[in-house]
Amino acid sequence: MSYKFDWSVLWSGESGGWLLQGLATTLELSVLAWVLAAALGIVSGAMRTVPWRLLRGLATFYVEFFRNVPLLVWMFFWYFGVPPLLPEAVREWLFDHGLPFWAGMFALGVYHGARMSEVIRSGIQSIPRTQFEASLAMGLTTFQAYRVVIIPIALRLIVPPATSESLNLLKNSSVALTISVAELTFQTRQIETYTAKAIEAFTAGTLIYLVLCVGIAIVMTRVERRFAIPGLIARGG
Amino acid sequence: MTETVIEFKRATKWFGKLQVLREITLAVRAGEVVVVCGPSGSGKSTLIRCVNALEPIQEGELIVLGESLTRPGVNLSALRTRVGMVFQSFNLFPHMTVLQNIMLAPIKVRGLAPAEAEKTARALLERVRIPDKAGVYPANLSGGQQQRVAIARALAMQPKIMLFDEPTSALDPEMINEVLDVMTDLAKEGMTMMCVTHEMGFARRVAHRVVFMDAGQVVEEAAPEAFFAAAKSDRAREFLSKILTH
Repeated sequence: MSYKFDWSVLWSGESGGWLLQGLATTLELSVLAWVLAAALGIVSGAMRTVPWRLLRGLATFYVEFFRNVPLLVWMFFWYFGVPPLLPEAVREWLFDHGLPFWAGMFALGVYHGARMSEVIRSGIQSIPRTQFEASLAMGLTTFQAYRVVIIPIALRLIVPPATSESLNLLKNSSVALTISVAELTFQTRQIETYTAKAIEAFTAGTLIYLVLCVGIAIVMTRVERRFAIPGLIARGG
Repeated sequence: MTETVIEFKRATKWFGKLQVLREITLAVRAGEVVVVCGPSGSGKSTLIRCVNALEPIQEGELIVLGESLTRPGVNLSALRTRVGMVFQSFNLFPHMTVLQNIMLAPIKVRGLAPAEAEKTARALLERVRIPDKAGVYPANLSGGQQQRVAIARALAMQPKIMLFDEPTSALDPEMINEVLDVMTDLAKEGMTMMCVTHEMGFARRVAHRVVFMDAGQVVEEAAPEAFFAAAKSDRAREFLSKILTH
């Protein structure tokens, strides 16, 4: 084997800074996209189960449209396709404040929101209908029943699949490198380009993703225990 | 006690092609305890679920506490705050403690301050005889206790009418009485009640009137003594012979 390992490339020169910047961008992108995905997922997931056909139809359209097109296509769409449609002022602001980042954030959030929606819908549909009736019977409106009873129960039931979905979102944030967002994968490639040390660079990237994801999984296991509904089969992880 | 609070006028309902209520005409007065009985599938549960509009009727009229439920634009949520309901399967919210279950509607619907809602909730738990279970989750209660919490939860809105949909059918025999006792107290305090139940002892002791249903119709209405001693219709006599002899 002629390959000579040189792990110091990861902290000599600018590499260390690039990795940290990449990590920060990945986190920022993922957290914002996750908030968007969770909001869209909860609203559309709930809408798919309500007794009004129009709302159900809208939510179904959103889910089927956004989850059935590849994420990469959405990245290009938000990056190349959307800005020309925006008002001049908004476009200017985006060009000044990192268009790739915001395009990537929307692509990721809207795509994963559609997937999250299905997770939430399955949670809601596993709740006995009588829980909803009991909520109405005490005078809550449908909106209140969803807000204080149905969705809180559903969210407790879906922690495991929602965690998987969140980890997917984090890992998929790497696709944003295709629209030149300088996130973690982008930076590891940059280190590889500058140092020709592919194994070291990608090992660093791999480990950082791994640590992030395992860390999130551990936190979510605690969340799951903390909010477990008494009386249901519990104890994961 | 002459004011009519529930009035069905030729009320009719279908589930798809199946007609479940056929021209029901029935009036319940304030303070009256009406037990609705009949064979399975006779429409008795559907009947009381219409009273708080969990099920709509399709023809005829239904007036509850002066509101016609068939009038377009009627505020159903407001009506339901005045009509409490207790279900066969308790339906307590599993992610909330007993106290939170009882306080939920007074806070969210009435806008009560939490401290005030808690005071009422604790008083209600006294009334249903489980004051020590306030901080417990429903999963850690027996069926009888859960059903008493469900009654307390419905009472927290200070309803004018209470509906009971087979409240003891899911309970072990030794727990039935603790629920019936609470219901009996409630009846004595003058609450207007419609109860779907197979507890004929309760009907005999507490009800002012028994309504017997079959195939979506009210077949017979009578005072309990008259009904149990000498039901007029063959269907009612047949039903009684089945449930009273086992």
